[in-house]
Amino acid sequence: MDLKNPFVVSLLAVAAFAASPVPAADRFIVVSSTTSTENSGLFKRLLPMFKAQTGIAVRVVAQGTGQALDMGKRGDCDVVFVHNKNAELKLVSEGYFVDRRDVMVNDFVIVGPKSDPAKVAGMKNVSAALNKIPVAKAPFASRGDNSGTHSAELRLWKAAGVDLAQAKGDWYRETGSGMGATLNTAAGMNAYTLSDRGTWLAFKNRQNLTIVVESDTRLFNQYGVMLVNPARHAHVRQAEGRAFIDWLVSTEGQAVIAAYKINGEQLFFPNAGR
Amino acid sequence: MTSILPLALHELSFRAGGRTLIDRISVDIEGGMSTVILGANGAGKSVLMRLMHGLLAPSAGRIDWNSADPHRVRRAQAMVFQNPIMLRRSALANVTYGLAAAGVARAEREALAIEALESVRLRSLADRAARTLSGGEQQRLALARAWALHPEVLFLDEPTASLDPGATREIERVIRAFDAAGTKVVMSTHNLGQARRLGDEILFLHEGRLAERTPVERFFLHPVSAEAEAFIKGEVPWT
Amino acid sequence: MNSILDATRQALAMIGTGDPALVGIVVLSLMVSLSAVLCAALVGLPLGAAVAVARFPGRRTVIVLLNALMGLPPVVVGLAIYLLLSRAGPLGEAGLLFTPGAMVIAQTVLILPIIAALTRQAVEDAWREYEEQLRSLGVRGVSAALTLLWDIRFSLLTAVLAGLGRASAEVGAVMIVGGNIDGVTRVMTTAIALETSKGDLPLALGLGIVLILIVVALNAGAFIIKEAAQRRTG
Repeated sequence: MDLKNPFVVSLLAVAAFAASPVPAADRFIVVSSTTSTENSGLFKRLLPMFKAQTGIAVRVVAQGTGQALDMGKRGDCDVVFVHNKNAELKLVSEGYFVDRRDVMVNDFVIVGPKSDPAKVAGMKNVSAALNKIPVAKAPFASRGDNSGTHSAELRLWKAAGVDLAQAKGDWYRETGSGMGATLNTAAGMNAYTLSDRGTWLAFKNRQNLTIVVESDTRLFNQYGVMLVNPARHAHVRQAEGRAFIDWLVSTEGQAVIAAYKINGEQLFFPNAGR
Repeated sequence: MTSILPLALHELSFRAGGRTLIDRISVDIEGGMSTVILGANGAGKSVLMRLMHGLLAPSAGRIDWNSADPHRVRRAQAMVFQNPIMLRRSALANVTYGLAAAGVARAEREALAIEALESVRLRSLADRAARTLSGGEQQRLALARAWALHPEVLFLDEPTASLDPGATREIERVIRAFDAAGTKVVMSTHNLGQARRLGDEILFLHEGRLAERTPVERFFLHPVSAEAEAFIKGEVPWT
Repeated sequence: MNSILDATRQALAMIGTGDPALVGIVVLSLMVSLSAVLCAALVGLPLGAAVAVARFPGRRTVIVLLNALMGLPPVVVGLAIYLLLSRAGPLGEAGLLFTPGAMVIAQTVLILPIIAALTRQAVEDAWREYEEQLRSLGVRGVSAALTLLWDIRFSLLTAVLAGLGRASAEVGAVMIVGGNIDGVTRVMTTAIALETSKGDLPLALGLGIVLILIVVALNAGAFIIKEAAQRRTG
């Protein structure tokens, strides 16, 4: 091996660099959660505190609620932390998950263009507002991705008495993507959309969008956490997973959640006790 | 060990692209003299050389060396092409590469390579990158590489066609030295003067056929075939 | 435009001051992509050379396939590797999902055809030039392929850089098998995707420019080394 050949030397250097081992992980769990929770920045606040207390690192894989639940069913994570109580309870009853607890509530808001073509701004009744949008044929961006937000959106249309299958038209645009991407699209199209407050507050590309409808109790959104059933998947890190769940619902964890603010506004309202 | 010569070609033919490039050539190539294959461009000289050396398979006919061992037959030949193909390494490394391919032990390669370089007067350029040498130097290097294997038969396909007169003289000197050392030289050329300087016998090819086989002096004084006569008259000797 | 320039300045400043999060992301990106290139080259270079030099039934089909697979969509590769590494899949026991190892595997699969196909073409072109001489010396098969590979090493560098480019640029595969976990599997492209989804477009673009600058620097470095080596051996 000709060690004076610059070619050979650089090959060796690259090989050495690439092969240097990633430091071995200390205790960790994999938590599948939603993009809205991730985008709100809550995990950046919560997880370091949890690690400092327990020495357990939390690795969050953020995707849509549907995917997150599927991941738990497959056993590719230890804990699932999403916001679709109906779906969560169903899967618990089917034996995929155990130890489900309520954690916190946040709310959805309807955002839309300042020009407000459907004239819904300031309405306190979300059902009434949702009825006006298809009538005005104002563009509405839907996540269309089987997420917690998407499921909530569909529930709201239903509760408003709007038959989407019938009413669907050019105005209803399904982006099939996460909250941020959908907000980007809505901003670009001057469309209405349903967003969780956390993602909205952290969202920086608002352009002409603003909150048009909020505070209706129907817009409240329950977050739950649960452990992947160890009986189904023996490799689940039970002890660490339960430690995480216990911490989230503990007085301390709940206090940290309550204290989390964006621009002075509290985002999540802990309700594990109830 | 017996020589792999004589080489017997029997009714040898080669066809490609719908054309017959070598047409029923029968001849025995003996050792002890240098053979020059002469002919115009397109006469089939290069194809014939490649058939003899085993780079092409005949369409019909036979190529019989005087040995039943194909490994020995291959090992005892070497070929130098019109354009030398050098690897991207030093001149010395190109020669040791040929030795390694022939199965020579690692410990002996360098000495043999240096000896070969000396015989073509390239010793001083041993460590230079082969591809940075001039055309003439690279061709001498090709000769060294072939010579290092001490072949019984050395094929040379128009070895000086791409070189200037100075380099050509140098190559011819080396070829004469190899011939004097006992290697069977089989060389193709379209240059009459070179054929006269280097050959003991002439195989004259015309359109894929062997038009005549004649000792060199007699060939130039009294060629037997009409095609050879026309060729000699048409060619300007000093090209 | 201003916000883009501001964001780029901000991103470069983060690198300059050695912002640990960003440096960590850059280092991980380089390690994953370089490892993938190394693995893909270890397999792809000999594979390409073998296909170039050998003659076997179905050879032309293999060549067409190799060329076509250069266009493998990263997200499809990511999905396939995910299914392999998932607990529900055949290699689930290895626990590789959502680790840098999975990302290296996915990127290796992605760029292997690029390196193999480009090598095949380069070696085949060289074989045409070298074949007679090598066969005359009695060199064929594996020995010929290895000789050619080393001799055309500078051309092969381009094939390898093409693979590196593809690996550093893709987001689909590493997102799916890596999960974009903060501090563990977040690389530049997935970080850019995240910032985009948070609506922080200027920062995303700034990071993108930083990524491009890094790739340009790698290519420039490779070029300089190649020139230096080429001067020595011609």
